[in-house]
Amino acid sequence: MRRRARPPIVAVCIGGVAATFFLLPLVGLARRAPWSSLLSDLTDPAARTALRLSLICSLWATVVAVGAGLPLAWVLARVEFPGRRLVRALVLVPLVLPPVVGGVALLLAFGRRGLLGQYLDRWFGITLPFTTAGAVVAEAFVAMPFLVVTAEAAFRGTDRRYEDAARTLGAKRWTVFRRVTLPSTWPALAAGAVLAWARALGEFGATITFAGNTPGRTTTIPLQVYLLLESGRLDGAIALSLVLLGVSVAVLALLRERWVGAL
Amino acid sequence: MSHERPMRRRLRGFLARLTPAAPVVLVALAALVAPAAPAALVALVALGAAGCGSDGTNTSAAANDRSTTAPGPGTLSGDLQVFAAASLTDAFTELGKAFEAEHPKVTVTFDFAASSALAQQIDEGAPADVFAPADEASMKRVTERGNASDPRIIARNRLAILVEKGNPKGITGLADLAEPGVVLALCAPAVPCGRLADAALEKAGVRVEPASLEENVKAVVAKVTLGEADAGIVYATDVKAAGGKAEGVGIGIAGDPSLEAVYPIAVTKQARNAAAARAWIEFVRSGEGQKTLAKFGFLSP
Repeated sequence: MRRRARPPIVAVCIGGVAATFFLLPLVGLARRAPWSSLLSDLTDPAARTALRLSLICSLWATVVAVGAGLPLAWVLARVEFPGRRLVRALVLVPLVLPPVVGGVALLLAFGRRGLLGQYLDRWFGITLPFTTAGAVVAEAFVAMPFLVVTAEAAFRGTDRRYEDAARTLGAKRWTVFRRVTLPSTWPALAAGAVLAWARALGEFGATITFAGNTPGRTTTIPLQVYLLLESGRLDGAIALSLVLLGVSVAVLALLRERWVGAL
Repeated sequence: MSHERPMRRRLRGFLARLTPAAPVVLVALAALVAPAAPAALVALVALGAAGCGSDGTNTSAAANDRSTTAPGPGTLSGDLQVFAAASLTDAFTELGKAFEAEHPKVTVTFDFAASSALAQQIDEGAPADVFAPADEASMKRVTERGNASDPRIIARNRLAILVEKGNPKGITGLADLAEPGVVLALCAPAVPCGRLADAALEKAGVRVEPASLEENVKAVVAKVTLGEADAGIVYATDVKAAGGKAEGVGIGIAGDPSLEAVYPIAVTKQARNAAAARAWIEFVRSGEGQKTLAKFGFLSP
């Protein structure tokens, strides 16, 4: 009758505790949520500004991540060059670096006195800190690895013979990429872009460190949540947190085929 | 032995916080998935742990506090958790070392952050013994909810303008902060230094457009010393702490008590080491404590 062995009880118990560990914070958030004033908390001018700014910044960060990350992923997957492993490791740095440290590093590179930033300032009059562009840079820095890693894996996973066949039939490289590589990898690329966008939307540490906190310019939702908490306005903070939570759940639902369904 | 006690207390404290939820979860899970015998065992173990954990800490902590109501040097022990405003970082760190030298069995640990963030954490049950914010509003928020009582003032702090080394923009007072081309960093209005800066600017009749509203005063200092901002409004103590990396300029409104930060201090209600907490406050208010605070640029209360 029984097809499977009885599950090991200790593992199940500890696993259950671990799962509860993930669940309880969400329940806590939902329980304290100011459901009756949710709408007014979210349409509060400061909240609306933060929501709009977050949307703009995260979308631009995704554009930057895709625009710069796709070519990088393709090169990493297809071109043999010395130091390729090093570059691959470099791409992973923002994934493991604490975002605040990333923010300091960005300041030292692109700040007004930074390695490259001083020339941006001197020659072009461009300063990134305290601007929306700075917030986009900070978000792109932490979000791009998600796109590159996903895209590189997808490019590596495709059957090179289709591309080779297209080449022997006279197709140019760009045509091969557009007509053969892209169609076979786009679900993965889209997933990578969505992941990068979600990471950009939730970015806090690098943004507040590198881009500072200016309402309407760099105060994205996570920064606004933190400031609301500091000024004791828990309701507003939870309302905005719920938006981010909702987005996370939506992203999970969208990508369920890739993760949850793949089990 | 002196090493063992704090360890045990910490472990018990950890268990006590953990246990209210753990048995429920374990029993529920066990009931769902397992055959009877191991489940009962798990439930028993969990409940047992809950039992030990909770009576252990409460009684021992209470007994500890009562037995040491009149602390002489050396009679205090255990961990002392001090939640203090970011601007107290350097002064309190030095005072902490002196306090530990006087009470060798006490380990002082600090949590320095924005006063408002600390107030929030204490109201949510963070394990602080002492709360020392940089404003009376944050203290009031905590005392009004009954999470601390009987605050005393330990110091005051004056505002100052922090500028880059050499003062390249030639800033001499608040009015210069409104000049176009001056990148200004302020504290966010949610934190004390931000509220004070706003009040000072209003009093001086200066309208500024800050480039950034930083989350705590040390972040303003960082933005100026890194050269990202030309100027920032900070405390006199921060100018002193910045040493040679930046310069201070007076705000030009001297002796106005409404533009000074006031530092209250109090023992929290849930203090686990109330005796050491009271001794800490006495120490900070003593001649030696006040001398150290003055050394870092604080004004006496």
